[in-house]
Formats: sequence, structure tokens, C-alpha cells
Amino acid sequence: MFFAAETAETVETVLKSGWFLENAWLIPLMPVIAFVLIIAYGKKMPMKGSEFGIASLLASLAVSVGAAYQWIQRVDSAAPEAFVAPVIKTWTWWESAGFSFGIGQHIDGLSLTLLVVVTLISTLVEIYSVEYLRGDIRYTHFFGALTLFSAGMLNMVLAENMIQLILGWEIMGMCSFLLIGHWWEDGANSRAALKAFFTTRTGDIGLLVGTSVLFFASNAWTQKTLGISGFTVRGLSAWALSGDPGHAAITVGAVALFIACIGKSGQFPLHTWLPDAMAGPTPVSSLLHSSTMVVAGVYLVARLYPVFFTGMNILGTNLNLIVLIGGITIVIAAALAFVQADIKKVLAYSTVSQLGYMMMGLGAGAWLPAVFHIFTHAFFKACLFLCAGSVSHSASHHSFDMKKDMGGLRKFMPITFATWIISTLALCGVFPFSGFFSKDEIIDNVGHNGYTMFMVLGLTGAFLTAAYMTRATYLTFNGKPRGAAAGAHDSHDAHDTHDAHASRGPHESGLLITVPLMILAALALGAGFLNPAPLGEKWERMKHWVEPRPEVISPTGISVMASGPGEARVLTSPRAEEAKHESPCGTTTPTGGICVAPQLDHAPFKWSKALMSMLIVFLGGFLSWVLCVQLYGKKNPKLVGLTQRNKALGAGYLFLQNKYYLDALYEKVIVHGIAHPVAQAVYWFNQNVIDGVVNGFGTVVRKVSGWVYRNVDQRVVDGAVNGSAAVAQNAGSAIRPIQSGKVNQYGALLFGAAAIGALILVIINT
Amino acid sequence: MLLNEFLFLGAILFCIGVYGVIVRKNAVLVLMSIELILNSVNINLLAFSLRNGSADGQTFALYVIAVAAAEVGVGLALVLLVYRNSRSISLDELSEMKG
Repeated sequence: MFFAAETAETVETVLKSGWFLENAWLIPLMPVIAFVLIIAYGKKMPMKGSEFGIASLLASLAVSVGAAYQWIQRVDSAAPEAFVAPVIKTWTWWESAGFSFGIGQHIDGLSLTLLVVVTLISTLVEIYSVEYLRGDIRYTHFFGALTLFSAGMLNMVLAENMIQLILGWEIMGMCSFLLIGHWWEDGANSRAALKAFFTTRTGDIGLLVGTSVLFFASNAWTQKTLGISGFTVRGLSAWALSGDPGHAAITVGAVALFIACIGKSGQFPLHTWLPDAMAGPTPVSSLLHSSTMVVAGVYLVARLYPVFFTGMNILGTNLNLIVLIGGITIVIAAALAFVQADIKKVLAYSTVSQLGYMMMGLGAGAWLPAVFHIFTHAFFKACLFLCAGSVSHSASHHSFDMKKDMGGLRKFMPITFATWIISTLALCGVFPFSGFFSKDEIIDNVGHNGYTMFMVLGLTGAFLTAAYMTRATYLTFNGKPRGAAAGAHDSHDAHDTHDAHASRGPHESGLLITVPLMILAALALGAGFLNPAPLGEKWERMKHWVEPRPEVISPTGISVMASGPGEARVLTSPRAEEAKHESPCGTTTPTGGICVAPQLDHAPFKWSKALMSMLIVFLGGFLSWVLCVQLYGKKNPKLVGLTQRNKALGAGYLFLQNKYYLDALYEKVIVHGIAHPVAQAVYWFNQNVIDGVVNGFGTVVRKVSGWVYRNVDQRVVDGAVNGSAAVAQNAGSAIRPIQSGKVNQYGALLFGAAAIGALILVIINT
Repeated sequence: MLLNEFLFLGAILFCIGVYGVIVRKNAVLVLMSIELILNSVNINLLAFSLRNGSADGQTFALYVIAVAAAEVGVGLALVLLVYRNSRSISLDELSEMKG
């Protein structure tokens, strides 16, 4: 219950701030400057421009970590349950027709989590790329695009308003196009780049529509209550929970925004671009699939959570669009991972599936577990991709085909193998590894919030994840080396300029590759302990620092104090002590104040549930291992070629091989279906209507002109022409000397005449 | 308001342009001089637009810029063709139009 209406008194909290928090806007700015430097001077530098990128990202990482530290101090300076105001800064970016668009920063626990992750992983990926792309033809451009890509994501993460968010969002879209098509000489790569670009663009229409709808619905309220525009993240969040929005407006806005998230985050049915995006260099895949780009959609849902919470009626019903799409994506993508021979594509589908978990969590009201899963997933997925890159770089001679060119690499690449295993265990969600703490929490909370069917989908996904990762591990690291890994290297890639290692056979990669791997593996192992539910409330630091508190604050309650730089004073409405966990936010309209986050519940941790999901994971891994040994190791004749012999299995295999025929649907049916009739209609119109008109017109004109020629031309005109010609001849011979043929003279005459004309004009007017 | 200074700058640019058109023999330099003349006009338009506090002059200047770009495109294409025909872009040698 909420008693604010009768007592006008408010509780005042003073929050700490600091330099890093105040200047967090530097974080995306530094990579942008580095991008300009790389493009301008990169080729002349000793390291061909990569030093700019790495230096700027290291600086951004330092600022992010500093800001995160100061944010923790800020949280600790508030009362345990009190609202912690985000550090917001705005400058006017541009003004048009009375609308003012700001640019600035919105720093809170969520954005800082992403800022630290993105800067850390970007830095590691760039260091890795120095070795991985050494000698590449477009080395400098690669680092330019990669740095700008990180800048786009960072800008999106700390965006203060929707316009700034769209800016970062689109920078990422463009850079992903450049990076996926980095080796564009190969037609398949540039097609993949185009596909990624167009698919995400399809979703982006939703982003523009949603932003405009929400702006026009909310602007009046936000201007009146908070004095800020309806583009701002803070304004939209408060508006969504205020009870002001009409049902239609916020639903349309939320659905439109969610379509953008489907496109960007590779959710079903727009997930098809993500596996194709593997055409880019491995560091790109790693960055794209762990912390940037695909996380952007999930981040947008988490960022504007109140809008989706109200618009989609999360927790109000047992089914909503977000949880549905997320749940479908988990299972559908995980099933596809089984039929891939390309190690990167297995990981790509695994990413799609993990993004499904995040979406499902958000859709079911498990906000914190979903955000925590973004955090942990970034580390282990980046590590897995970089491991795949390491394998292809140093062992399988630039091939990613697990069935043909890998196998038995455990002995040759101990570090890569160890880091791969740690990340795989984290991805599967095995106990002390980070994935366990986030993924299990999602599944647990989804069930706790009443979405039982989706909890089952989540557990199925966990089973499938364990199985396909076991298959990938078996094919890559176990058995006997095959193809390129065994020394046969007939499949030379065009961009391969350093062949020296091939003659040495498979071996461990250099330090520039293994050190980032080890750092990421350490994080994949340890990051979970920032929010370990099994150890009790006291250990859940992430929950304490990141989760926004569903407090009713007075509309003008956040003010910056004059005494210190950016110290904020927050006025909260008082509540009855016993109603601590009963904030009205998200369920009823708060009176006399605003909310910026809905009240969410957390599932109490139970070992029985955790053990059950662990059992499922081990079962999946074990079954898959047995199958792999039989199928790939011993070549059991009962299993080899089973899909060719058994009709039902063969049909299923074909269905998966063709990715549920979604690509065919999009390209053959939709694109062809729309483009082809249009082209046909235009051709028909051209042939029949336009040509008919033109031909008819021609016939008429010919007849008319015949009559005109005989009567008008021959008699009237000729007479006049002959007469005037005589006059012209006489006049021509008189002024012929002026036609000297010298252009300059003509110019002089022109200006002279103009001067005289101007003089006459002046004389007449005075 | 620095109206006089703006007009003065425009006049100087205009004179330099006219001088270039009349004196220079190189077709490309003549084209550049024409650009100078056009831009001196632009400066005048902007100066008066500022004084009158209306955007009409600025709009008109934008049109002038667009037209000037098209004009230079056509002009350079002409120069290129002239060069192909006569292996020279000196205007003195282009007197086939002599009446």
C-alpha cells in the first residue's frame, strides 16, 4: 500500500558523485576521435593505426571503471532501499521548429554495467586483432571501423534520449556492414554484409516509428511534470508508469520498438542475418556477438523497461510478445546449432539462443537476471569466438569447418583448449561458472513469475545447449586431426598472407591471442560471483548496485546540489515501514510522485531447482558425448548416414539444414513476391500504356504536320522567312567585326554592357 | 552590422573575377574567375539577408551555389572536349566562331 497522498512530507537523500561519473560522456567520444585519427594518419603510423584504437579504448575502459567505482560509492551513500538517481547531463544538440534535441549521458547501474563490458571486450578484441589480422590488405580500415563500432555501442549505452540512442544504433548498423563485408572480394561475404544490413534495417523502421509514437504520446506529460522532452529515457520511463499513457499509444510504441529489437538482437523470425554475419573476420564476430550490436536490442528493452512493462502488460498476463519471441528463439536457434559444420555458426546460433534467454527473462519480469546474463554472456561468448579464431588461425589454416579440418587439437593448443572448456561450461551453466548464476536465475524467475511453459522452454534450451556444445568440443578438440589440422592445406584462402605456420602444423597461438583468451576465461569463470543467488542476499552485489529501486519520488525531486560537483538531492515520498517491498510502481498509479522502475519480485533460490537444471545439463552433455563417440569416433555403422536412410530423420535434418526455410521464404517469396510483380506491372505499363500513348500521339502529329507543311509552312512562313533573312543578312554584315572569336573579348563586352545597364538603373532610380 | 565591409568584400571579389575573365587565357582559370563572381554575389545576398533579418537571401544564395556547381560541371566538360580536339585549353586558339 501507498500512503503518500495524505502526508506531504518527503524524505531527502543526498547522493555522492565524482569526476568519472560526471564525465562519462568521454567514454564514447575518445574512440570517435581515435577513429578520425586512424582514418587520417593510420597508414603512416608504425602500427598502422591500431595503436590509436587500442589506446582510446584503454582510456575509455579506465573512465568506465572509475565511473563504476564512483557509482558504487553513490549507491552506498543512499539508504539501503532509497532511490539512486542516475547521473544525467544534457546539452542541446540541435533545435528545429520548436523541438530541442539533447545529447548527453544517462549514467546508472545498467549503463555502467554495459560500458565496462563493452570497453573491456573491445580492448581485448582489438589486441587480439593485431595478431589475427597482421598483414591484412585493409588492416587500417579494419581498426577504424572496429573502433567506430565500439564508439557507436558506447554512445547507445549511455544515451540520454532516444535520438542519441538511434544515432549509436545506426552507427553500429553501418559499421557492422563494413566489418562483415571486410573481405568483400568474396561475393558471399558482401552478400552476408548486405543481408545483415537490410535485415536490421527492416527492424529499424520499428525504432523510428516507436520513438515518434512515444514522443507524441508522452511529450505533453513529460514537459509539464518533469520539464524534459518525451525523447528522454528518464521522461519515457516515468511517463510509462504514471498512468497517463493511453493503452493504444504505449502498446503501439512498445511493439514498434520491440520489432527493432527483434531485428538487431537476432530474435525469431529475423535471426537469419546473424549466422551469415560469420563471414566477417573472427574478432568482429566475437565483438558483434558478445557485447555489442546483438545486445543492443536486449539493452533497449532493459533501458526502457517501464515502457515495455506497461505496453506489453508484463506480469499482467501469462503471455506477452517479448516472452513468446524469446522462448521460441531459444529452442529454434539451439536446434539449428546441431546441423552446422562451421564452428563459428554453432556459436552464432548459440548466441541467438542465449539472446532468447535474455529476452524471455525481460518479458517475464526477470529484469536483473536478464541484465546479469548480458554481463556474463559477453565474457564467455567473446572467449568462445576468440578460441574458434585461434583454432582457425594457428591450426586449421583459416578453415572453420569442424568436420573437415579440425579434431584432436587438444594436445596442440593447451591454452585454447582450456579456455574453450571453461567458457563452454559457463555457457552450459555448470555450477561455479558464471553462466550458471545468470541463466539459472532467468529460468528460475520465469517460472516463479508464473510463466511455467517458458520455464520448460528454458530448460529444454539448457539441455540442447549442453548437447550442441559437447558436439562442437568433440569435433574440434577430440579424435584425430583431419584435413588442414592434419597438415593437408589445399584450401588456401585469398586473404591468407602468412603461410609460415602452416608448414609447422597445428600449434598454440601467440601471446597477443592467448592473453585475451585467458583474461576472458578468468572472467567467464569468476564474473558470476558478482551476483551469486545461492550464497544469499548479502553476496548479490549486482542486484544492490544495478537494479533500479522502485521508489516513488517527487516529480521535481532530483536536483543537483551547488556544494559539490553533481551531488544530487533526491526527494522521496515517505512510505509505511512495513510496506517496504510493496512499492506501487508498476501496478497502480502513484499519487503525488513518479516512478522510474516497476516493482519486481525475485524468486527465492532453491537448491532443488538448481540441481534439477544441472541434471538436465549433464544429461544433455552426456547423451551428446556418447552419440559423438559412436558417430564420429567409432563410425558406428548404425548411426553413420542415418539421416539418409531414415525418412523421418532425413526430413528433419533437411528442415534444419535449410534453416526452417526462412531464408527461402524471405528471398524467394517475400522479396521475389514483392519485387517481381512490381517489375512486371511496370513493364506492362511501359509496353502498353506509355508506348500506346506515344505511338498514337506520333500518328496524330504526323497527319497534322502534313497539313501544316502544305498550307502554313510553304505559303505563309516561307514568305516571312525569306523577307527577314534579307534583313538579317544586312544587319549581320554590319556587326560582324564584333564576332572576333575571342572568348575574353566577349566577356569584356558582356561586363561592359552590364556596367552600362547598371549605371542606367542607378540614374533612373535616383 | 558590418554591411559595408561585406559589400566591400563582395565588390573586390567581383572585380578580381571580372579581371580574370577578361585577361586570363586559360579556360580553367576563366571558369574559376566566374566562380569568384558568383560567390561575390552570394556574399552580397547574405549581407542583405542578414541586414533585413529574412532568410530569403540565404535561400537564394543556396540556389546560386547549386546552379554554380552545375555550371562548373558543364564548363569543365566543355574544356575537356576542347582539350581532346585541339590538345590545348588556351582560349586564344579557340577562334572558330569568328564571324
